[in-house]
This record gives sequence, structure tokens and C-alpha cells, in this order.
Amino acid sequence: MLDAPLTETDAQEALRRSEADNPSSLVMRFGTDAPLTLDAGPAIAPWQIAYQTYGELNADRSNAILICHALTGDQHVASTNPVTGKPGWWTLMVGPGRPIDTDRFFVICSNVLGGCLGTTGPASTNPETGRPYGLDLPVVTIADMVRAQAMLVTALGIDQLFAVVGGSMGGMQALQWAASYPTRVFSTVAIATSYRHSSQNIAFHEVGRQAVMADPDWCGGRYLEAGRNPKKGLAVARMAAHITYMSDRSLHQKFGRNLQDREAVAFGFDADFQIESYLRHQGMSFVDRFDANSYLYVTRATDYFDLAADHGGVLANVFKGATTRFCVLSFTSDWLYPTSESRAVVHALNAAGAPVSFVEIDSDRGHDSFLLDIPEQFRIVRGFLTGAARARGIAGPAAEVRP
Amino acid sequence: MTDLADLASDVRVDLRLIAGLIAPGSRVLDVGCGDGALLELLERTRGVDARGIEISQEGVNAAVSRGLSVIQGDADSDLKQYPDQSFDYVVLSHTIQATRNARHVLDEMLRIGRRVVVSLPNFGHLDVRFRLMFLGRMPVSKRLPYSWYDTPNIHFCTIRDFVELAGDVGARVEQAIVLDGAGKRLPFSLPWIVWNLLGAQAVFLLSRDGAARRR
Repeated sequence: MLDAPLTETDAQEALRRSEADNPSSLVMRFGTDAPLTLDAGPAIAPWQIAYQTYGELNADRSNAILICHALTGDQHVASTNPVTGKPGWWTLMVGPGRPIDTDRFFVICSNVLGGCLGTTGPASTNPETGRPYGLDLPVVTIADMVRAQAMLVTALGIDQLFAVVGGSMGGMQALQWAASYPTRVFSTVAIATSYRHSSQNIAFHEVGRQAVMADPDWCGGRYLEAGRNPKKGLAVARMAAHITYMSDRSLHQKFGRNLQDREAVAFGFDADFQIESYLRHQGMSFVDRFDANSYLYVTRATDYFDLAADHGGVLANVFKGATTRFCVLSFTSDWLYPTSESRAVVHALNAAGAPVSFVEIDSDRGHDSFLLDIPEQFRIVRGFLTGAARARGIAGPAAEVRP
Repeated sequence: MTDLADLASDVRVDLRLIAGLIAPGSRVLDVGCGDGALLELLERTRGVDARGIEISQEGVNAAVSRGLSVIQGDADSDLKQYPDQSFDYVVLSHTIQATRNARHVLDEMLRIGRRVVVSLPNFGHLDVRFRLMFLGRMPVSKRLPYSWYDTPNIHFCTIRDFVELAGDVGARVEQAIVLDGAGKRLPFSLPWIVWNLLGAQAVFLLSRDGAARRR
């Protein structure tokens, strides 16, 4: 059961909590003169956005690539995460000689609005009260996240990004960038994503949020001040979500009906099966690095995402007159954001006359494929960025080194 | 831009012919673009805004990796997403024989493009007729390498068949180029019947006026 001893030490917890206001990465702070307007209505100020950069900005500031992270990702795309001590989450894609080649591009990755690793979110200190925001932070949207990123990019002196790249919720931000700031994005790579959350997507998120809020340690969202943490609820939320990131086939291949450290079922409710043990581990390690309220905010942001809704329900209108070059990738076994959703984006882009490349990559590893070592994906992104760099008149990624 | 005449002779002759029909700087959609060889040639030699659609994953991967704007899709079902007259040229290069509904595909191409370029292997070629008539076997050759039971080519036609189909969908043949088995152009002065017999492949430039388009 989930009341097995949780692994986080007091020191780790203290570190995680300090990252919310004082991240160990770079951070851009905006004062009351530069409020962030939100779709929900109110503006927030002061506010801050935590980010990492890799590589060098060229003289005419034309080689910047913004990476947008997924639901529970962070700015440490290619550097060690200070809380977990683990390497960056997309080092296969981003780094020297990688498709997003840090020897050629200036790469920016920021923590999303509503996150918990240094960008203003529910765990941040509310300047009006001196206490954590909790649920007093207005609900944020994907468009709000992108607006915050745009202010960061402007503050860094960059007018136009060479590319915005993201998978899953990061892909939503990439599409939103092209919609909100068409002239500021030269090219867009949207991987394993959708233009809107489906009813099923919302349903799974709601299960997760209800699990968090059902945990007595959630304290109506005021657990930080109460010195408590709804770890069980958040772990259950992560367990449910994690299932959606994998395919039935990959789960069965990996675990089958194999038993965990035993010869026969124990006729009880321990983790008899390896899959149970695996999910519990996923849930428990997640709570060591993520804030429960943040989870509510970022899942809500994706639920509210519907790119077409703001354009009369017609997706093609979103991209009307777009000159941005698009690369859309999906994976065959991704049932969270299936290929049909990517195709809808591609059809809309074609109808709008925008240049678009689209590939459905064969993978049986489900939604998480975009984070895994799928060589096809890297080859395509490298090729796409090479073509885009040629069109932009800048150096593209290094040629692929084949083993 | 590279001049067409400077191209190495290893570029497929029908691709070079097609490139010669495309006006520089135009918008081109290649339906069934394979690995993007033609699109790359057109970008390089004609400076076109090149787009492609291709059904096979290997083809799309190769084309996108070359930096081309190519999407995975099916000529039979995915052309409807493109607006009317949204391209200067729509190209169907050695693909028409692999479509399920060739008439529908040609009709859609004429809707999407101001001009349509179609290249096809001629099933009326002497060699094909010879194999059928004297060997009694479906022809298998360098240009038609598949056995009858595993071929993607389900709708072979002759040059004359295609000209008739073009007429049926209201298209005008603006230009027709026929190549013999050695890849040499057959003289323009020859009658259709000779082209249909000696032509191994043909390239057509078609257009359709507005009235025909509305039919």
C-alpha cells in the first residue's frame, strides 16, 4: 500500500520547497510594472519565470530555440535536475551534436506558469500575503504559459524564435505559440500532442485531481502552511496518469502477469503483480519532486486547451496566413493523443496553406515514446530543423552520426 | 538555383522532364512523392515552394529528413483537405497506376492545382504487348518490376487510355512528352498510335478551365 515509507528526506523536501521561490536555475523576475495578464481575468505581479539556457545566441539573435516541457517536466531539459539529481529529461534530443544541437542553437527551456520549480505557481509565495499562493493563484491556461514565455523571450532580447519545440503539453504550447505570435516563430515542432483536450483526456485528469483533493493532508490546498503534504493522493494521481502514457502492449510486454518477488499470489492486497509494484514506485517517486497543487493547475490548463474554440471552432482559421514551418509527429500506439488529433492539425495547416511536415512514427511504447530512444523521431527532427535552418539562413544541426 | 541542364545524368529522366515543365518560383504539390527526390530537384533547380504527400512511412521519413514539407497521407482520401486552386502545379509522378480511384484522384488534382503534371508507365508499350501476346504472362520488367500478385500497381493504363480519362474529367492536354524504352523522346510528329506502341512512359501537362471545374 502507499503508506510504505515514502523516500523523500527532510533535506530533499526543503530543497524542493526552496526551488519554488529561489530556483537553482536562472530566473527572470518581473515587477509590478510588468504584470502577466491571465485568461482567467486578473493579472499577476510581481511574477517570475525560471529557465535554463544552453549554447550561444548568435550576433543577429536568430538561432534561439524554445523548448516547452510536458505536464510535469521542468526547465532542466539537458542539465541535472537539482531536486532529483537525475540528468535532463530530453538529452537524447537536446545537446551537442543532437538534433537540437546546442553547438549551433541557443536553447531556452523555462518552467511553465503554474509549475513548481521556480516559475510562479501555487507553491510560490504570494507577495500580497507572504504565504504560498495555494489555490489563491488564478487558474492558468496554455495561452497564459505561452504569454509568460513570450515575455521572457522579449526580456532576453530575442524578437523571433528560430523554433519552438515541444511534446505532449509542450506540443500544445508550441502550437499555441504559432497561434498567438505567428511572426515570432519561424518554425514549430509539435510532437505527440493535440489541438484540444478530449473528454477522455479531461476524465483522466479529473480522476487525478480528485485523488489529490481526497487526501486529508491536502488541507483544502493549504498543506504547505500546515506542514503537511498530500503525498498519497498525488501518488495515486500519478499512477492513474502513468497508465495513459504507456500502451497496453508495452505494459504487457514489460510486466505481463508476472508476480513481484513471490512464487504465487498472496490472496491479499499487497503488490502481488509487478505492474502494481511498478506503478506504486512511479507514484511515490513523483511526489518527491512535484507539488500537489501544481499538479491541479497544470492538468487544468491542458483541460481548458482548445485552440479552435477561440477561432469560431474552425482550426484552419487559427493558422490562417501562417508562414511558420510546422513539423507534426505522432506515434502509432499513443492513445492519449492519438494520430487522428495530429492529422486534424495537419489538415487545418494544409487548408491554411502553411508549410507542414507530418509523420506518424511506428512505436509500440505509447505516449511516452516522445521521451524515449526512438531514432526515427530524432532523424526527422534533425532533418526538419536542417531544412528550416537553410531557409532561415543560419547553421543547422550537425549531420547525424550513425553508429 | 542549379540549372536543369547542369544536372548529372543520374537524375531520373522523367523527373528531369517534369522539372522542365514547372515554372520557377511556383507552388507545387507532389502527390505520392516517395522519398522526395522530385521535390528536392524542384526546390534546387526551380526554386519552388514544394509540398508533398506520401503514403509510406519510409518515404515520408526520408523526405522530411531532407528538410521537405511532406505529410503522410493517402492520395485517394486526403486530397480533399486542400482548397481549390491552392497550387500552381499538382504532380502525380508514376503514381496513378497505384491509386484505387484514378479518376477521382485526377479530378481532385485538377481542382487543387491550376495545372496538373502526370507521368505514367505505358501499358500499351510494345514490350508489354509482346509479353502478353507471345509469352501469355503478365509483364515483369525493369520498369514494371512486380509480379501480378504483389504489385501496388492496380490500375495500369495505356497512353491512349489516359488521354481519354483526361478528356472525361474535362482536362485539356497542354503538352505530352513520350519516351521510348531507352528514355529518348519520341518525335512530336508521330501519330498517337505510334506513341502508344513505342512509348515506355509519358508525361502530360494538363489544365482545366473554370466551367469544366464546376461540372
